[in-house]
Amino acid sequence: MTLKTTAAPGSQKVGDPGDRVFSFILRAASSIVLLILIAFIVLLVIDSRESISRFGLSFLSSSKWNPVETEINKIAFGALPFIFGTVVTSLLALILATPLAIGSAIFVSEYSPPWIGKPVAFIIELLVAIPSVAYGIWGLFVLVPLMRDVVEPFLQSTLGKIPVIGLLFVGPPMGQDLLTGGVVLAIMILPTILSLSREVIAQVPRLQKEGMLALGATRWEVLTKAVLPYARPGIIGASMLGLARAIGETMAVTMVIGNSSTKITPSLLTPGYTISSAIANQFTEADSPIYFSAIVELGLVLLIVASVFNILSRILVMRLVGKGGGSHA
Amino acid sequence: MNPIRSFADLIPDAVPAAESRQGAERSIAIRGLAAYYGKHKAIEGIDLDIGPGVITAIIGPSGCGKSTLIRCINRMHEVIAGAYATGSVTLDGTDIYTPGSDPVQIRRRIGMVFQKPNPFPTRTVYENVIAGLRLNLPRKSKADYDEVVERSLRSVALWDEVKDKLHDAGTALSGGQQQRLCIARAIAIKPEVLLLDEPCSALDPTATLKIEDLLFSLKIDYTIVIVTHNMQQAARASDRTAFLMADENHVGHLVEAGPTREIFLKPKDSRTEDYISGRLG
Ligand SMILES: Nc1ncnc2c1ncn2[C@@H]1O[C@H](COP(=O)(O)OP(=O)(O)OP(=O)(O)O)[C@@H](O)[C@H]1O
Ligand SMILES: [Mg+2]
Repeated sequence: MTLKTTAAPGSQKVGDPGDRVFSFILRAASSIVLLILIAFIVLLVIDSRESISRFGLSFLSSSKWNPVETEINKIAFGALPFIFGTVVTSLLALILATPLAIGSAIFVSEYSPPWIGKPVAFIIELLVAIPSVAYGIWGLFVLVPLMRDVVEPFLQSTLGKIPVIGLLFVGPPMGQDLLTGGVVLAIMILPTILSLSREVIAQVPRLQKEGMLALGATRWEVLTKAVLPYARPGIIGASMLGLARAIGETMAVTMVIGNSSTKITPSLLTPGYTISSAIANQFTEADSPIYFSAIVELGLVLLIVASVFNILSRILVMRLVGKGGGSHA
Repeated sequence: MNPIRSFADLIPDAVPAAESRQGAERSIAIRGLAAYYGKHKAIEGIDLDIGPGVITAIIGPSGCGKSTLIRCINRMHEVIAGAYATGSVTLDGTDIYTPGSDPVQIRRRIGMVFQKPNPFPTRTVYENVIAGLRLNLPRKSKADYDEVVERSLRSVALWDEVKDKLHDAGTALSGGQQQRLCIARAIAIKPEVLLLDEPCSALDPTATLKIEDLLFSLKIDYTIVIVTHNMQQAARASDRTAFLMADENHVGHLVEAGPTREIFLKPKDSRTEDYISGRLG
């Protein structure tokens, strides 16, 4: 904010003490946030410089992760499987959660009678607050056996028979794999996307819906031609927030994803590893300086992956709003 | 000077009802209409005939139920949760409230324009005009749509102003242009009746006069009902006027209705006179 320094006649008194204090506080607060972020990045870069200079770009492209030198293996750090695991589970979560979340948001805000919609919305909002370790425990004891014994065999005998798509489901069902990781994440981000989308949909002006109704639209047409186009940028924003949550999520995924892959295969039924679970699992074991440095670099990579998704989603939302979206949530 | 006299200059000489469009009669008869919001009754006992080829104005103090009444005519009232109406509204002899009649079809025949212009922000001017044609109807060719867009925009006197902006967002127009766009959108589907709820309340006097001229030219083809707060507007632009009121003892009800000239110059009810001369409401 800029304050005018010359007072025009009749204009508000310039340099009002309250105004100056407020502006100072605002500036201080925003600089502090920026400083913290910069300090954070600088620290990550400094602590990972050994790994960065030794492995360079191969840190991103190699799949070899050998923290301890053995007879057959030299020390090597390549984060590709982790990046792969993070991207695959997060996108899987997004793909599974978004349609469900948006569908329920539409149902709760547009179709269900208030005596169903209100309590359902309230319960869903509560789900947002459940700590992720609770999802992890539930995932490990309920979801993993269910996936292993029921869902994965079923997928193999149906989708698995289709050429190309079938490649996603090869290998013995183990329960602890990328698919289960994605499903747990989907369940975790569902309430976030749902409750945000619900708010966005509820904010579509009544006049927009009535304008469509008055032209002779059915309820379905009001939804698809007035409500959703108006709410679309906000709904995409909600999904992207869900995605951001999925990318950074650690505990719940760590508990169900298997944590053991250095191979990258198309199959979702192979155990995987995400960047954040690698950090969480190996941080305490990082006994050599280069190992520690590589772990810190993982943190840096996670930051970059998250930023890339964030920027992409911003571009997406901006394009839609540029086309004249209604809400700008 | 009697304050009512000042309206005399505004009221055009009695014009014979315009020749009606062939086929449809386009007349509406409202009988014993009451409308509720949940338990709250907003209007009751409304009997009103709305003829074709004329503009009918509905006037009355704020909160007396004008919007409620007009929304009952195309079954928009019932889209509000808990709202319902009793009594009958017939269009050309068929009751639009008979069980089994489809509100979607009724709203096609009875179009509506709202108080605030509400073009669809994600659509262009062009898409806004044909929005109604794109609803559960057989698709038409591009040339047909072009034709409808030009004809509709011309009949609301907007074509010359926006013909180079057809592919800009509908919300990029001025308020008055947006309201005319909304009228164009309503008449693009060729309804028989056009309901307007205070269509000029967000507009300046010039834009208001444009809309009034427009309504005057549209009354040949459409039965027009306009709710207005503006007495001058009712006097200037309407052929018939209905005066609605609510008081301590009654929810919104019809005080009197008749030719605009009579309502304004020699009202039968003293409350009408009080309202029109500004002593009430
Ligand atoms: N959505 C609603 N829910 C409950 N009551 C309503 C609703 N809309 C209107 N009412 C009530 O119905 C009555 C009539 O309202 P209405 O909007 O029809 O008045 P109006 O004559 O159009 O007023 P105005 O000139 O201010 O637009 C009022 O008492 C109002 O409080
Ligand atoms: Mg009103």
